[in-house]
This record gives sequence, C-alpha cells and structure tokens, in this order.
Amino acid sequence: MGTEVDPELLRELAPVVLGVLVRRGADFATAEDAVQEALIKALSAWPGAAPRDPKAWLITVAWRTFIDLARSDTARRSREDLVEVEPPPGPTEQVDDTLRLYVLSAHPSLTPSSAIALTLRAVGGLTTKQIAEAYLVPEATMAQRISRAKRTVSEVRFDEPGDLGTVMHTLYLVFNEGYTGEVDLAAEAVRLTRQLSTMVDDPEVRGLLALMFLHHARRAARWTPDGRLIPLADQDRDRWDRALIAEGVVILQAALARDRLGPYQAQAAIAALHADAARVEETDWVQIVSWYDELLGFGDSPVVRLNRAVAVGEADGALAGLAALADVDPSIPRWSAVAAHLHERNGDPERAAELYARAARDAPNLAERDHQTRQAARVNALLRGG
Amino acid sequence: MAKYLMLKHYRGAPPTACVPMDQWSPTEVDAHITYMGDFAQKLQSTGEFVDAQAVSPDGMWVRYGGAGKPPVTDGPFAETKDLIAGWMVIDVDSEARAIELAGELSAAPGPGGEPIHEWIEIRPFLALPETFPG
Repeated sequence: MGTEVDPELLRELAPVVLGVLVRRGADFATAEDAVQEALIKALSAWPGAAPRDPKAWLITVAWRTFIDLARSDTARRSREDLVEVEPPPGPTEQVDDTLRLYVLSAHPSLTPSSAIALTLRAVGGLTTKQIAEAYLVPEATMAQRISRAKRTVSEVRFDEPGDLGTVMHTLYLVFNEGYTGEVDLAAEAVRLTRQLSTMVDDPEVRGLLALMFLHHARRAARWTPDGRLIPLADQDRDRWDRALIAEGVVILQAALARDRLGPYQAQAAIAALHADAARVEETDWVQIVSWYDELLGFGDSPVVRLNRAVAVGEADGALAGLAALADVDPSIPRWSAVAAHLHERNGDPERAAELYARAARDAPNLAERDHQTRQAARVNALLRGG
Repeated sequence: MAKYLMLKHYRGAPPTACVPMDQWSPTEVDAHITYMGDFAQKLQSTGEFVDAQAVSPDGMWVRYGGAGKPPVTDGPFAETKDLIAGWMVIDVDSEARAIELAGELSAAPGPGGEPIHEWIEIRPFLALPETFPG
C-alpha cells in the first residue's frame, strides 16, 4: 500500500538529523549535502514502505550517505573511524544541536541573502531548486550561494555561542518576502520561528512569532483577487483570521509580562492594536504612537519615524502628522506616499495629487506603484470635478 | 536582496574606446570577450548572477498599425544613444554592491587593453517586498 510522504514531517526532521550528524563529528558542509540526499531518498522509498521511526531511518541513511561522500572526498582523513563511536544523543542534546544549526545558518559572517538561503536549506529542509524558485534566481546561482555560505560557516566552531539576533532578523526577512512560487516563504518563516520558540526561552523570539501571526492573520484581506493592494484602513476585517490573531495576542501578552521589551515585541504590540479594532475608526492610535516611541528607543530608524508620523496624523490630526513627518528623511521609500495622504487629509488636494504621483514614481514594487497611481488619478479626478 | 538590471549602452566612453569593435585588434577583441565571460562566471560563483544577454545592434521600432492592419515598423536606429549592447541581471545584497559591480563591468578592456569607461545604467527591479505595517 502506498502512503503519502508528509513533506512537513521531512522538513521538521531535516535540522534534527543534520544536528545529529554534526554532533557525531561530520563536517557541516558534507553533512548538509548528505541530509539533502537522505530527504530525496525518503521521498522515493517511503511511499512503498514507510519506516516505523522516520527520524531513525533518516539518521541512518544520512549517516551512510555522509560516509560515502566523505570516502569519495579527496581529503579523506579518518572520518570513517567515527562510524561506531558516538552513541545517539538524547532529546535535550538534539534540541541544542538543532538550535545551533539555526544560529550557524544565520551567522553574522554571512550576508543576509546567504543567511536566508542557508537557513531555508539546512534548517528548513527545502531543496536548492525550491529556494531558487522562491527567490527567482537560477538554480545554479542559488547552489553557489549556499555552498559559499557553507564554506563561510565551516570556519565557525559548531559549539560557539551564537547570536539569536541574526537568526530572528533572517526569519523576519524570509517572512517579509511573502510568497512568489510554490513555496510559501511566509508560512515557512512562521514554521521555523515557531520551532525556534520551542527551543529557546526568549521574549523577543515570542514577540517575533506573535508579530508574524498578527500579520499572517491579515493576509487574505490585503489583496484583491486580481492582485491589487488593499491598505489597512480599507481591508475587510471579516476576512482577518481571528483565531490566529487571538493566538498571537496570547503569545505577545505572555512575552510582555516578562518585562524584557524588545523591538519585535513592540512591533507585535502595534500589530495587535490594529488587529484589536473591529472597525478602523476604533483603532487606538494614541497607544500606537506610544509604541512607536518605544520602538524608536531601540534604535532610531527613518522607517519607524515614517510609520510613527502616520499614527500621529491619525491620533492628533493631519497637521500634527505633517509636523512629525518633518523629522523624517524624505529620500526613504514611501515618504511621498505618507506625505500625500497627510496633505490630502489636511485639505490640500493639489499638493496631495503631486505627491501621490511622486509616490508612484518612487514605489519599490509594482503593487505599490499601481496603488499610488490610482490614488493620484483619484485625487486628480476630484480636482477636475471642481 | 534586490535585483538590478545593468544596461550596457554604447555611451560615455572616451573617443578612443568608441572605435567600433571590428576595428580592434583580434587580441583586444578576445580580451574584451574573455573579461565579460569571466565577469559573468564570477557572479555565478558568488551566487549573484540571474541573467545576461547580448543583443544585436540591428533592431527596429514597431508599433500598432490600427485594426486589421499590420504593425508599423521603423528604423534602424539613427542615434547611437538608442543602442543597447546587452544587459545583465544581478541579485545582490545592497545598492552599494550593484554599483561596485557596474563599475567593474565598465572596466572591460577596449582598444589598447585600456578600460572602456562606458556608462552602465543600473535600474532596480520593482520587486522589493512590502514592508510593515500594512
């Protein structure tokens, strides 16, 4: 009887198996290749004869593959000797090993794009082809990016204490990418962050997970069926995933109770306040502004200042918003879009129309450009209409 | 991470480098072609290469000719400023990196083995992910 192979299960086990191999003494780069091969073998072997213990199966096959790869390696050394020596690690050690893989794959010595690629492959268990398709680059390019990244981190000691900050940033970037192909990167980022949060007790990791839940919950409402962007204020709030929002809020509240605030928790708090409003008019903008102030306390950023200006405009009126905008570098993306909105609300459609047109010109992506073009056209039509 | 189009125009190079390629010595031609090939290969190995194409200088303009009529064509191009020699698409971590690579591409050797110094136009793809909140 053929049974379907659960790709989720395979990808969950991938970092665990890799962690075991590396703990047994395998070098990271070769072990990673071996795990990929074992996953591919599982896809063809399991439908006919599913193993009772999938993890043990994968560890055995990956280890044998590693030995083969290591033997065929010109730098043979004495890796074969390792075969019998190490007893399988216990559950606690496996968690530590998996966590180290997260840290290693997002090591600060890697560029963001390399950290993303390596994390998706070594920790996420995606194939090079899937990652290449998701990021719209040729498979050969992605293969090189991954193998360079592996070379870079092979210099790093596996048990070196790592930087959770770059891990969270990498997952945040993957989440932001959304989805372009068969792989849903946002969902993948949620899955990996959820796994990370079970391994470390850190309020910021919980904050990041809450942030992802709260944004993910709005996904269905953010686009029209034909791909138009729907701004937050115009979204059909009935289409928000209330269960996911509730889950995000619970996680966030527990994190905040720890009293170790960080930027991800602050962003999640802002997202939670939006999610909490049944209608846009009920949004608690005053609290949102104060969370933006908290967020600025963790590092001055023009993007945060820009979003804060939007919130000030809602909380205290368009004039106050424009005053807040005066502190923001006008060359950053979306500055003209915010300025246009505030000027329109301040009763200056001429200036708004000009700025919407500029916002369309400066837009960093197509959906945004089309949206701003429609805004400019709308205000210009109003102006012509008298 | 962002993709950039690097457009190679026949533009901005000093007059000595503007000599058409068929007037160069075979060694100079070889050196130029090798440089371009090596450059693409290097980008492949750094994981930044997406696509590269060279296009013929002989092209034409085409536009809709009206219902039931064939498209109207025009050309060849009258001005060299309309010429595009080819393009390369890269996927890099920053604008600074795109600028660095375009500078390197512009250093391809021309007559006398000297860098051509032609302008490379770089244009970011309209494909950056959205940022929060939204």
